[in-house]
Formats: sequence, C-alpha cells, structure tokens
Amino acid sequence: MSSFFGPEQGHYALAFACVLALTQCILPLWGAWRGQRFLLDLAPRLAFAQLLALAYSFLSLIACAVQDDFSVQNVAANSALSKPLLYKITGVWGNHEGSVLLWALILALCGGAVALLGRGLPLILKARVLAILGGVSTGFQLFCLLTSNPFARIWPAPADGQGMNPLLQDPGLAFHPPVLYTGYVGFAVPFAFAVAALIEGRVDAAWGRWVRPWAVAAWCFLTCGIAMGSWWSYYVLGWGGYWFWDPVENASLIPWLTGTALVHSAIVVEKRDALRIWTVLLAIASFSFSLSGTFLVRSGILNSVHAFANDPARGVFILGLLALVIGGSLLLFAWRAPGLAPGGIFAPVSREGGLVLNNILLCALCAVVVTGTMYPPFMQILTGRTLSVGKPFFDATTIPLALPLMVAMALGTMLPWKRGNLRPLLRRLRVAALVALMALIAGCFLLDGILPILCAAAALWVIMASLTDLAARLGLRDGLSVVRQRLPRLPRAVWGSAIAHIGVGVTVLGITGMSQARHAVVEIGIGQTIHQGALDWRLVSVRRETGANYKALVADLTVSRHGRVIATLHPSRRDFTSQHQVTTDVAIRTNLLRDLYAALGESRGSGADARYVLRLHNNPLAPWIWLGGVIMAFGGALSLADRRHRFGAPRKARDRSAHAPIVQESRS
Amino acid sequence: MTVPSSTGTSRHSPEPQGSRHKRRMTRKSRRLWLVLACLGCFAVATGLVLNAFSSSIVFFMAPSQVLKAPPASDRVIRLGGMVVAGSLRRSLEGQTPINQFEVTDGQAAIDVRYEGILPDLFREGQSVVALGTYRGGSAFIASEVLAKHDETYMPKEVAAALQRSGKWDPRFGKPPSSESLNSMARGATGGSNGR
Repeated sequence: MSSFFGPEQGHYALAFACVLALTQCILPLWGAWRGQRFLLDLAPRLAFAQLLALAYSFLSLIACAVQDDFSVQNVAANSALSKPLLYKITGVWGNHEGSVLLWALILALCGGAVALLGRGLPLILKARVLAILGGVSTGFQLFCLLTSNPFARIWPAPADGQGMNPLLQDPGLAFHPPVLYTGYVGFAVPFAFAVAALIEGRVDAAWGRWVRPWAVAAWCFLTCGIAMGSWWSYYVLGWGGYWFWDPVENASLIPWLTGTALVHSAIVVEKRDALRIWTVLLAIASFSFSLSGTFLVRSGILNSVHAFANDPARGVFILGLLALVIGGSLLLFAWRAPGLAPGGIFAPVSREGGLVLNNILLCALCAVVVTGTMYPPFMQILTGRTLSVGKPFFDATTIPLALPLMVAMALGTMLPWKRGNLRPLLRRLRVAALVALMALIAGCFLLDGILPILCAAAALWVIMASLTDLAARLGLRDGLSVVRQRLPRLPRAVWGSAIAHIGVGVTVLGITGMSQARHAVVEIGIGQTIHQGALDWRLVSVRRETGANYKALVADLTVSRHGRVIATLHPSRRDFTSQHQVTTDVAIRTNLLRDLYAALGESRGSGADARYVLRLHNNPLAPWIWLGGVIMAFGGALSLADRRHRFGAPRKARDRSAHAPIVQESRS
Repeated sequence: MTVPSSTGTSRHSPEPQGSRHKRRMTRKSRRLWLVLACLGCFAVATGLVLNAFSSSIVFFMAPSQVLKAPPASDRVIRLGGMVVAGSLRRSLEGQTPINQFEVTDGQAAIDVRYEGILPDLFREGQSVVALGTYRGGSAFIASEVLAKHDETYMPKEVAAALQRSGKWDPRFGKPPSSESLNSMARGATGGSNGR
C-alpha cells in the first residue's frame, strides 16, 4: 500500500490534476468559441479525470497520516503515534494544507457531479460550466501546490508527531469541515452557471430550473455545516453559548443568507421568467462570499480562532486569486448584464412579490452582518483604534430585520402567482394569527425582554402558517378521502418548502428559549448542593481517569427536582500531556425541551476539603436550534427529490427546442 | 426549495384569483413599489446599524490608556495586556468563585475582578483580554475573560499596545517571553477568543 499511496505519488497526482483542470478550463471555452464539438465533448471527461487524480492525491495524504509517516511535514506537525485512528484520518483536514486539498477535492467532486448529472443540459452550456469550474479548480490547486504543499517532506523525520489541537479531537468537529466545505464549494456550481450564462448572454426560465437544484443542494450542506459548527461550539467550548458572532461564524452565515436568497429568486426565474439579472448577481455573490469566507478568514486577515495561515505569501496569493475570481466575474457581469433582456415587473401582492420581499430582507440582513464583520478591521486600518462588535450589535440589528422576514415568509408561500389578494389570505391564516397572538400574551408572562417575546410569536406564526398551507393543499377540510387522493400527488417541493419553513420556526424557538437560559458558576466541595430555581445540583464525587493520550478529572453530579433525581451528569476536564493543554468536557443531559449542561473547572485544595469550580446551565429549548437546522436541510433535500428537479429527468420538449439553435450555432 | 407549479396553486387555493376587478397597477407604479421597498428596507437596516454602532461598539484599551482617559462606567471595553505574574488571587463569596488578577501593559496595571471559571489557557505572565466595565480607581469588573489556544500567542491588539507603550517597567513583573515577542514581531494574527 505504501508503494501505491506515497507522498510523492500524491504530490505528482495533485500537479497532474492541476494540469487537467487547466485543460478543462481552456479547451471547452475554445471549443465553444470556435464551435468545435469534440472540444465540448472533452469537458466532462476532463472533469472525471481531474476528480480521479485529486481523489488519488487525497487518499495518498490519508495513507501518510494513517501510516504515521512523520517524514511528511504536515503529518509530523498535526498527528502523533498516540492519536486514535479516526482522528488520524480526520486530522488530515484539520489543518491548513489538508483543508485546502479537501477544498479542491470537493470542487472536483462538484465538477464530476455536473458532468455526470447534467446530461440533459445543452452541450455548450455544460461545457462552459465545466470550464469555469476547471478554472476555479486550477487556481486553488496552484495555491495548494505553490504555497501550501501538504506533501512537503522534512529531514530528519521525527520519531513522533507533535499531535493535534485537542479541541479538534472530537467526532463532531471531524465531520464538520467536510460538510461545511461542501456547502461553500457547492455554490461554485451556481456561480459557474451564472458566468456561463453571462458569456452566452442568455438567462431564461430553463436556466433557472437548471441552476436551482445545485443551489438547493449547496444550501442544504451549508445549513447542516453551520448547525454542526454551532453545536460543536456549544458542547466543546464549555461556555454554554452556541453562536459567538465570531468572524468565522459570520463568514459562513453571509453566504448562507445570500444562498437562501438565491434559492428563492431562482424560483421566480423558473416560474415567471423575471428577476434574472438579480439571480445571476446572487449566484456570483454567494460563491464570492463563500470564497472570501473560507480564505480571507483562514489567511488571518480577520482575527479568529480558526486562522491557520500566517504566511504572507499565502495571503498575497489568496488575495490575487480572490480578486481574479470575484473581480473577473463582476466585471463580466457589468459588461454583459445590461445586454440581458429585462424580466417582467409584477404586483407587490403575489407569490413573486413575496419572494422579492424575502430577497430584499435577506440582503439587508446580509449587509448588516457584513458591516458588523468588516467594520472593526477597516476601522483599525483607518484610525488605528482597535474595536470590536459583538452580540449586542448583532442582536440589535439582525432581529428587527428577521421579524418582518418571518411574517412575510408565512404569507408568501400561500399567495398565488401573478396577482393575489391579502384579505382572503389573512382569513385563511386566522388560526395561525390566533396562535401567534396567544404566544405573544403568554410570552409577556413567561419570557424576559421584548425581542424574545416577538421572536416566539413570529416563530409560532411561521410554523402554524406552514401547517395551515399544507392542510389547505391536502384539502384536510374536505374530509379524509380527499386527503388520501391528494397526498400522493402533492409535489415534494411543496412538502420541502413547508418543512424548511417549519425548520426556521423551530430554530427561532430554540434561540428564543436559549435567551432565557440560566446559569451559575460555583465553587463547591463534594457532597454540597446548589439550588437553581426548582433544580438541585449535587456534587457526589470526583474521580481520576486515564485516556489514550490524556488524563482526566471526572465529576459525578446529580440533578434533582423536588427531591427526585432526574439526571446524573459527568463533566470532566482532560489534560493532554503531550501538548500541555487542558480541555473541558461538558456533560449535557437533554429531554429535548431543555438541556442540563455542566462543565468542570479547576480544582483547589486536596483530600477531603478539595473544592471544585462548576459551571451549571439550565438551557430551555437548546436542542431545537440544531434540530431546526436539520429540519431545514431535510426540507431542502425533499424539494431536491421533486420529480421536476430530479437530475436527468426527461425534460419537456420545449426546453430542448429553446436551446437547440445555440448548439447548432456552435457547430457551424 | 419551495413552491408548486402555478397551476397547482390555483387548483388548491379555495379563493379565486384575487383582485381582478381592482384597478391594474401600471408598470411604472409596480417598479416604484419595488424601488420603495428596497430603499425603505435599506434605510431601516442603515438606521439599525448606526444606532447599534453608537451604543454597542467595544473599544480595546490597554491599562495605561484606561488610567489616562477613563471610559464611562457603563461602557463595555476590552482590556488587554499581560497578566502580572503572582498577581492572581482566588476567593469565595458564598459559593461563587472570585478571581482577581492584575493586567499590565508595562506602564500601568489594573486590577481585574472576574466571577467564574477562567479559560483553560489563562496563565500568569501571559496575554489576556478581559471584557467588562471600568469602575474607577483600579477596579475593572470583567464579564468575560479570553485567552488564546496557544502558549506563545499574543493577541495583535495586546502586542500593539505593548509596542506603543515602549519600555517595560519592571514593577509589573517579568516582560513577555522571547517567543511572545517574536510572535509580536511577526504581527501575530488570529483571534483572542479562547472560550
């Protein structure tokens, strides 16, 4: 195996993939320009070849890590003999070099997916899309080869590696980067479609239908990735928080917001042949934000925990690459977009009007988050004063924009296309409105603060409206026989949209619940009890344990309510000797309505009077935050499975004929 | 991720297509509606941002800056510097653990009081950032204490503050280690949140 997957082989495969990607970029574009069909046919084959070469390269790096080949610098710096096998593998993408290689691999996978699933695409569009993906691939593989080579050797090879940051040694984090990267990189496909459409000078309803599944797929992965990252910070960092408005978190939220807008505006392109230029711009923006998010942050331009690279050469290369991709596509947009035929204008009260409102509000939210993220570094450059913005800023700016978004979300899905009327719609939504009103009144007694009360009401409004919509479409009022008849015929996209909207409501309810969390930091001895509301936390004992590469202090806590024990928690503190680092291992017991959350701090004294610092949280509805994310992604996946969007499903003849002239044009 | 076909909607919706009898909006008024919606929304967003900037921006200050120009006692600031070696005192009020330590930039030192668990990477003689309010004298009440996941790391803002302050006064303990100074010279990047 070592002879088949070695660092040199991997390095060579990476260089080979880079050459293939460059060919994939140039030949099909040339073919499209000169109308040479065999060059167009080459694009999918080159995409597969590039994917194979990169997969081989990535497997080689994994093989180096698994075999503890410490002559490879990357492995020596990030792995160790004592590390469990799972983390040897996942540690491959836990560092800068490996994560760039993973990024390139996922991009190649996207190219392969377009080549495989895009059989129904017009030949010339497909070739251009693959060429643009190839161009982006070339850039990042060059970045990997020239500035962040994961296969670089060191001499002499150390006997053991330096190990990995123990914080990253966690199953949640092991799979968080690949999912998040798939989300980021997935937006490369809508981006490539947008650029290809700009080159072609044509955006129409068919384009909207082709681009939407890719945007939805990327959006699902990004949603899951963000939810996983937030969950990780909740249970690993031991702070009881789930979102810190850290630049890296914002960098994932920004493309999510534009991506959500894209997913919705592509519907308008598909159904009403309007908002075309705007959708193209959103597709470019989503990928641009994804790129800047991953790379600006990681190059250390923005301050963050997640910054790996502090090397100026990398920074310059990345900035150049970003300028080329983002600047190039925006220039192309500025040049070609005015030539695109303008789309229709439509009534404010209609499905497309609702979708436009959704887009405006999402973009305003995105602008606010971008401002909050970029303002501190800009001010530092301009004035030299160091400042930061945190949760108070983002709470005060994002929630007032998110509330109308949620109100509109419920109305939008129930409005008909073209022209609607609000009054009958509101009559249909009276149950939802009543529930929201009751939540508002109940919230006044139960919740602290005006914003949580409004958020709870808005979330219930969204959930109830989505359920009302589903019930109306199923004809629940006309009896079960009607439902039975309609159930199999209701498009999956309808289910998907309702479920995703319910997911938003669930997440917002979770966030509202978390705003009411109570916590206490205490220092107690064994046998002592802490009272927190109706809960009694008792420290029963503390013991020592030894793990694979750490020593741990484990506390046994019992939580009782009215004298009855409802949970036993075992928070611990791990000391990783090889890295001189201590991590806090949080204990969480959930019943889905609230989390009991305990973290063990330092200990003082010894023997019978030893005292321990404990952080004890009672977090209502906390799991709903991530549950909602999963529901949203599930809704997206469901709508991907819709017949009309299934990849490779037979297309209507009119779409083919609409694009046929272009193909012929290229052949002549 | 949403939306049925248009025919599907009309089939399932109990109401007939709404405002057919109403006066049709002209193309111009529809475009006006769009423009107004965009403008209104971005005006609201701008207002929210400006309002939040005036109240919730957090400035970074070094101890000597705080003593020279004390901020209002309700203003949250980030106080950064090195933890003076040997200055950490722990005590207990009821069952709440209290940590008190001094933060210095080599020119002046401020006493920080923090209720709670110090981060795992908090060390005497290393850099730290404390979020909280300054109550006059030498009392800083921290609501959050941040340290980074790296022993030789120094937040950029702390490094800059130390460089600005110039010479290190030996009254405030040992100056930063050579590794820390090297990372300062590189203009160390990366975050300061070791939560």
